[in-house]
Amino acid sequence: MSALPLLSLVVLTPFAGAALLGLLRNASPAASRALSLIFSLSTLALSLLLLGGFDPARTAPQFVERHAWIAALNVNYSLGLDGLSLLLVLLTGIISPVALLASAKAERDSRLFGALFLMLQGAALGVFLALDFFPWFLFWELSLVPAFFLIKLWGGPGATRAAYQFVIYTIGGSAFMLAGFAALFVATGTMDFGTLAQLAADGTLAQKLATFGGGDWTKAIFLGVLIGLAVKVPLWPFHTWLPPAYSEAPTGASMFLTGVMSKMGVYGFLRILWPIFPGPLHDASCWLLALALGGVVLGAWSAMRQTDLKRMVAYSSVNHLSYCLLALFAVSYATGRAGPASEAAAAALSGTLLQMFNHGLSAAALFACVGMLEARSGGKRGLNDFGGVRTAAPIFAGLCGVAMFSSLGLPGLNGFVGEFLIFRGVFGLNAWAAAIACLGLLATALFLLTFWQRVFHGPRGGATAGAFADVKPGEYLTLVPLVALMFVLGVAPHLLTRLINPLVTAWAGHLTLP
Amino acid sequence: MNLSVQYLWLIPALPLLAAGIGSLTPRSGKAIAAGATIGAMGLAFLLSCGALVTALQDPSAHLVANFTWFELGHSTVRLGWLLDPLTALMCVMVTFVGLLIFIFSTGYMHADANFTRFFCFLSLFAAAMLGILIANSLLLLFISWELVGLASYLLIGFWFHKPAAAAAAKKAFITTRIGDLGFLLGMLWLYDATGSLLFYDAGKGVLESSALTALVTQTTVGGLAVSTAIGLLLFCGAIGKSGQFPLHVWLPDAMEGPTPVSALIHAATMVAAGVFLIARIYPLMSADLAITAAPLHALSVVAAIGAITALLGAVIAVAQNDIKRILAFSTVSQLGYMMLALGVGSWVAAIFHLLTHAFFKALLFLAAGSVIHAAHHEQDIRRLGGLKGPLKITFATFAIGMMALAGVPFVFSGFWSKEAILHAAHGWNVSHLPFYAGLIAVVLTAFYMTRLVAEAFFGKARSHASEHAHESPAVMTVPLVLLAICAVLLGFLGTPYWPWLQHTLDPKFHSEPGGAGLMVTSIVLVALGIGSGWAVYGRRLREKANAADPIEAKVPGLFAALAARLGFDELYAATVGRLNTFLADAADVFDRYVWDGAVRLLAGLGQFTGTVTRETDENLVNGGFDATSEQLKATGKTYSRAQTGDTHGYLLMVALGFVLLVLAVMLGGAR
Repeated sequence: MSALPLLSLVVLTPFAGAALLGLLRNASPAASRALSLIFSLSTLALSLLLLGGFDPARTAPQFVERHAWIAALNVNYSLGLDGLSLLLVLLTGIISPVALLASAKAERDSRLFGALFLMLQGAALGVFLALDFFPWFLFWELSLVPAFFLIKLWGGPGATRAAYQFVIYTIGGSAFMLAGFAALFVATGTMDFGTLAQLAADGTLAQKLATFGGGDWTKAIFLGVLIGLAVKVPLWPFHTWLPPAYSEAPTGASMFLTGVMSKMGVYGFLRILWPIFPGPLHDASCWLLALALGGVVLGAWSAMRQTDLKRMVAYSSVNHLSYCLLALFAVSYATGRAGPASEAAAAALSGTLLQMFNHGLSAAALFACVGMLEARSGGKRGLNDFGGVRTAAPIFAGLCGVAMFSSLGLPGLNGFVGEFLIFRGVFGLNAWAAAIACLGLLATALFLLTFWQRVFHGPRGGATAGAFADVKPGEYLTLVPLVALMFVLGVAPHLLTRLINPLVTAWAGHLTLP
Repeated sequence: MNLSVQYLWLIPALPLLAAGIGSLTPRSGKAIAAGATIGAMGLAFLLSCGALVTALQDPSAHLVANFTWFELGHSTVRLGWLLDPLTALMCVMVTFVGLLIFIFSTGYMHADANFTRFFCFLSLFAAAMLGILIANSLLLLFISWELVGLASYLLIGFWFHKPAAAAAAKKAFITTRIGDLGFLLGMLWLYDATGSLLFYDAGKGVLESSALTALVTQTTVGGLAVSTAIGLLLFCGAIGKSGQFPLHVWLPDAMEGPTPVSALIHAATMVAAGVFLIARIYPLMSADLAITAAPLHALSVVAAIGAITALLGAVIAVAQNDIKRILAFSTVSQLGYMMLALGVGSWVAAIFHLLTHAFFKALLFLAAGSVIHAAHHEQDIRRLGGLKGPLKITFATFAIGMMALAGVPFVFSGFWSKEAILHAAHGWNVSHLPFYAGLIAVVLTAFYMTRLVAEAFFGKARSHASEHAHESPAVMTVPLVLLAICAVLLGFLGTPYWPWLQHTLDPKFHSEPGGAGLMVTSIVLVALGIGSGWAVYGRRLREKANAADPIEAKVPGLFAALAARLGFDELYAATVGRLNTFLADAADVFDRYVWDGAVRLLAGLGQFTGTVTRETDENLVNGGFDATSEQLKATGKTYSRAQTGDTHGYLLMVALGFVLLVLAVMLGGAR
């Protein structure tokens, strides 16, 4: 293995780019855009390097970097990468440049936009790679700053309120999580995820917490961390910040928020909550399943009611991310149960990971498409503002249609594999939950086809009545990579499952309670 | 010429390739798109014939080729191809009928701006349909099933600029998806219970005895065997796809698509996929028959739904005026027959009827397309009339199709296949109701088809369009003639005197004696239907397009109810539709006011606390401190008056001070 600190490079290169953009005061907009794109692409390039050196059979973190940071608090700068992280780093590598490209045109002050965007990208990567709570939380909170400014400064008319709500809500949630980890640190003297998971698995964590301050402590800490993550994902009903934030953000930021940032919460559930609190999570899983089902079903039904296309896509994100949580909670629900649950759990967890990746592609593509509609109609994005776009712009309609059917879970495209595995797993673990979640599939088809029918079909009308350009060369760069991946991963899901299967198998093989 | 099972995938792959070519062809490349589509389908037809030869070498064998799709946990997700006479016969039928319809389409659609796109979608459809047929895995079948749904969606909505077409496409997709949710759940259950989705896998497949025994012996909710529950869930998918009651509402609307699409997809092939599915998983569907004490057998439900649909479709067809809608409801009714046959235990009869129906219904739709093409898109039979003169070939072939559908005895294929179904229904030992429903539908079918022919082809032309109708070009009439020949000949493959088809599909098949009386009955019923149809519509031919229908004149209420399709659409809009809107509204209101309200309340409380503490700080805590500082400030201000910043003033002061000092020294020294 190379001696290069690859993971640090992955995380820090975007920050370096942001700093450079900050220093180059006189850079022209074109130069700034080019520079931010190059730095943004670094993640993709480096993640391909990582892919080359990655050994899927090893389930422990690889490329580990570990340096003492604040010795007094036993805080380490520690990065590492397993299949889950690799998947998300790849996703970030794909979505970020594409999202930057989608925003290339309309943004004023490209230099600041690029710098903030790169900061956001770096922070997300830090979250996906950090193995110690301290740096992890630092990146977690750091991501809010650029996100706030991206929404507030480049967003729509309601952007200020949306940005404030987004940041305050998330910080509010994080405060609970921070408190929880402070308590964990006091009890165990470490904030290393691996060590904590180890302690949790053999039961020492529960003992230590019990001696530290009574039995309810574990529950309280668990609840704190849960709230922090639940707001971020978001778990229904902590989701009300999401539709305004996603819909007010500029296109590129919406793409990044839904494509990458929404995965941070699910990642937290998989990396922190589930391994460190297997017992409390299992105890709460019944309730959490109900909430995840709420997100699946009511999220989709709320989407049906939206007339703002961005809000509609945002709600579909609530629905899609809830599938991920549904699968995880079902696994936790069945933990400790005798019988062949591990097979179903492997399916559910594989499905979760694939769904994270696939949702990133399809939701980002849908936001890009709505952005293109906005760009052609002077900022309109209402369900009833268009008509007959397929007549006016058939290629655009085709590409957008692929993204839509991918989101709808059509077999042959990427979305299906993840959803099928989630359903297969959840059915084996809790059949009723799977049956209820089916309603979400139906509602998703209903609102997406309504979107399609109103905007693309029928006679040309509304904003489509006049000149309406088909896909422009720059826009191909945004849509074609995403759409191509939808086809490839729909037919050849093993390209991704190969990377995660040993990890998932290992997870599913240890479904015991301490 | 043989095609081994390893290469079976070529059959769907060729049309898929053609679809890919079609999707990249610009609008001007009509010849490329049509050529690729027709060429691929022709090759697929030859390959299917090769597959049939292979399958016929040992009709009882299930040849399979399985492979790993991806690894999952400790196991793998596997897919595979399956070759048996069922697959091979269906492939031959789909590729042959498809080929003829594609050729017909080059004439029918030649003026359409999106010609290339049309052929691209047709190829996509053919690929997906053939995928259903060759799948040896329920998962692969489901994948192809959904893709068929997509192709159907794209083709129903092909004229998407028409709002009605766009709405019909969405309705078809959503309605079939409702059924598909059952399919999905059934598949998940099957996967969970058996650990596999392969049909045949050297003893470990889900249709093989060890898995079936396990599924039958377990029971679930309501004392049902697990196999019954799974079978019923999978049947939901078939209900949606095959337009069975209560999900039949999408099929008539699907006629918004171009007529070749109606012929191929919504008559001959795709809608038969549900029948094929049940026939394919017949070992699973019939497994619970082994336990006589079971509260419910899956196949009984299939028979009941089939009987209801057969009757319902035929009744509604009587009062339709659109030539394509009549045929659409007759399709609903005939699919009901097939389900009925499956339900009463004769999957062979169902497939026999599926095959004959595919040919004569494709024929009827294409001939209807020829009529519509000739009559400048006039579809209302009241406004047609007198077409038998100008459209001789179309009329002759349509009449053959009509007689095949009505079951005119001996010569026409529909007679033999319907006979096989009635025979099976008669022998069903659970109930005779489906049999009676089938008999009534026989009369009705003959009746409404006679009405259709009398109105559209006889009498005098009742509109400008039908007066000036010309026969369609050869590219459209030749496929009609070929299909008409098949609509006659195919029946002889399965007569009770030489049941080749039955033996090929099911080597264990043995025909039961005693069909003669039944045959006489059904001949009488067909005669009754045609006779009464001619008595009502043929003897006194319609004079004016807007004259009332004879039945309408007698029983206007009943006719109106039937014409309105017995109000199923309204019923669903008022119940399911309302519920859906209500849920969407409720979810949205909850989000906006309850959840977001709670968050705002919390935020408001936070702000309020902030205000309170700020006020406290400023007025109480800071108050004393402030007062002190205010005094200090005042003192400072007083003193600060001395510092004026005026240099002259300072100098003056300095000078004055100096003078005072000097005076003091002088006065003191003088002392």
